[in-house]
Amino acid sequence: MSIEIENVNKRFGDFVAVDNVKLSLPNGELTALLGPSGSGKTTLLRIIAGLEQPDSGRIRFHGEDTTDVHVSHRGVGFVFQHYALFKHMSVFDNVAYGLTVKPRRFRPDKAEIKRRVMRLLELVQLDWTAHRLPSQLSGGQRQRIALARALAVEPRVLLLDEPFGALDAKVRTELRRWLRRLHDEIHVTSVFVTHDQEEALEVSDRVVVMNHGNVEQEGSPEDVYDHPANPFVYKFLGNVNLFRARVRDGQARIGDIALPVAEHHPQDGEGYAYVRPHEIEIVTDPSEAGLSATVELVSIVGPTVRLELRVENGEDLVHAEVPKGRWRELGLAQGAPLRVRPLASRVFLHGETLPSAGA
Amino acid sequence: MTTLNPALGSSSPAQTRPSAHAWHRATEEPAWLRRTLIGIALTFLTIFLVLPLTVVLYSAFEQGLRVWYEAIVEPDAAAAIRLTLLVVLVVVPVNLVFGVVAAWAIAKFEFRGKSLLITLIDLPFAISPVVVGLIFVILLGSQGWLGPWLASNEMRIIFAVPGIMLVIAFGTLPFVARELIPLMQQQGKEEEESSLTLGANGWQTFWRVTLPNIKWGLIYGVILCNARAMGEFGAVAVVSGRIRGETNTMPLHIEVLYNEYMFTAAFAVSSLLAALALVTIAVKSFVEWREERARTAQQN
Repeated sequence: MSIEIENVNKRFGDFVAVDNVKLSLPNGELTALLGPSGSGKTTLLRIIAGLEQPDSGRIRFHGEDTTDVHVSHRGVGFVFQHYALFKHMSVFDNVAYGLTVKPRRFRPDKAEIKRRVMRLLELVQLDWTAHRLPSQLSGGQRQRIALARALAVEPRVLLLDEPFGALDAKVRTELRRWLRRLHDEIHVTSVFVTHDQEEALEVSDRVVVMNHGNVEQEGSPEDVYDHPANPFVYKFLGNVNLFRARVRDGQARIGDIALPVAEHHPQDGEGYAYVRPHEIEIVTDPSEAGLSATVELVSIVGPTVRLELRVENGEDLVHAEVPKGRWRELGLAQGAPLRVRPLASRVFLHGETLPSAGA
Repeated sequence: MTTLNPALGSSSPAQTRPSAHAWHRATEEPAWLRRTLIGIALTFLTIFLVLPLTVVLYSAFEQGLRVWYEAIVEPDAAAAIRLTLLVVLVVVPVNLVFGVVAAWAIAKFEFRGKSLLITLIDLPFAISPVVVGLIFVILLGSQGWLGPWLASNEMRIIFAVPGIMLVIAFGTLPFVARELIPLMQQQGKEEEESSLTLGANGWQTFWRVTLPNIKWGLIYGVILCNARAMGEFGAVAVVSGRIRGETNTMPLHIEVLYNEYMFTAAFAVSSLLAALALVTIAVKSFVEWREERARTAQQN
């Protein structure tokens, strides 16, 4: 069941939550709507679900216009950040709810409901909690029950609003891998909202980056990470260093280093080069090309070493990441001089109009 | 050095265990303070609650059960009791529905004039009951704005039962809504939204999700509303006309008896009114206990 979003707009008073968004989400894929808070991602999800009405624009499920279909007839499964389980019902009754509220003609009989609920509880590996109350489960378990409940009505699309947002780091990582595997099993078209770029990149087939109600970029996780369409996406998808750069003849010059940029910039000009911390090479030989710098701060985080480097004449600190082994080889200490060399970069020229895909 | 388990610790635990003083929690008050606070609370309750109640019961039954019974079944008293129960039967459901509707509107929707509505709901608490009575007399009495129209349509509201119901409904209007508004605001609307996405319609969502969630607040609001509806005096005194056997509610009847120096009868009816109040509280406790037991049974 594909989802087409056509020129959807939504305002709350003066605040533009969704600004003329056009998107097509392919059948059977797991799409992440990624963006900072206030970017309109949750509003867009709620519009798809029918929990909000767009001011203008259409929503189609597989070509069928559902914009004016009431949420209870739209056939969506919705999972909330804070689970929204029915507190006074047992886990079993929660999952059975969508089946028991069906009109009598369409309602399965009791034995069938029981069979289907238990099958779903097995799917989320929580069949042993059937008679408990939601308050007796952990956060991760509650979210799995919420997912089972949403799946019980066999939704045409599954929508998840920051589904792991309320969980602690470890449970969150486990659960998102589990969601990925689950999706591979059931293949229902799914959309989930997140502000966590790592989560979006790890779980989804497709990432839609949003900001200020606009779609900044959409594509596969790898594509979006490796080829950010604009500075916003670059910054949002991870830490990044900015270097002043001059582009000429398909080469960007940062200090005395030249990097090829032909694929992006045929025209010449000045701008900033965006370089990720792991794309910075550190050398100790002062005769090599690079920007001279000193080590200001070293923090060892598990297998990686994060460095803050003060570049000569530079305003900002440069953040670099090197594997622990490489750091040992370098044998540097705080305050030591070195040279930094960007290995790859994407240059955005001053005044360059940002290509905003999809909007 | 301290040991966590004295039995496994050194041979002389008395020496290794720190003195009782050191084990005081930061939030734990000394015994004398605890006793004083509990003592003050209990003394206060005794003087202002238990003592008057005892006086009521003692005076009511002072001359025996028979005198008490006769004071209750005497025609005017019986009429007052019937009227009071009738008023409660009408007013409480009306305010129950209004309270749920108002709380729902305030908690789940954003609209213009919402803060005004919240303020207005509190108004009956702020206005003196006598003034409430007068408002309705000015509005609906024979000399009032709508009086001539009502008279020409042969409708009597002031100095009749509908007037009593109106002022009591007005005076008890905030109870249910006041209980529910903070409760529903705190619960938000995610559960209702879940229910809707699962295919339930509005009614199913209300009966199966909203109502169970607000049940306790609702029962509590109804009990308070009920107690106040039975006991309302000032406003009723103004609009009822105090026709014995017709428009006297229990509190008005008690006053009449008292003014006529029929103390035993006055206390007998008072004891009944107090008993009704106690019954409502007992019902509330019983329902709570049942629910609690059901919950623990479910958990085990």
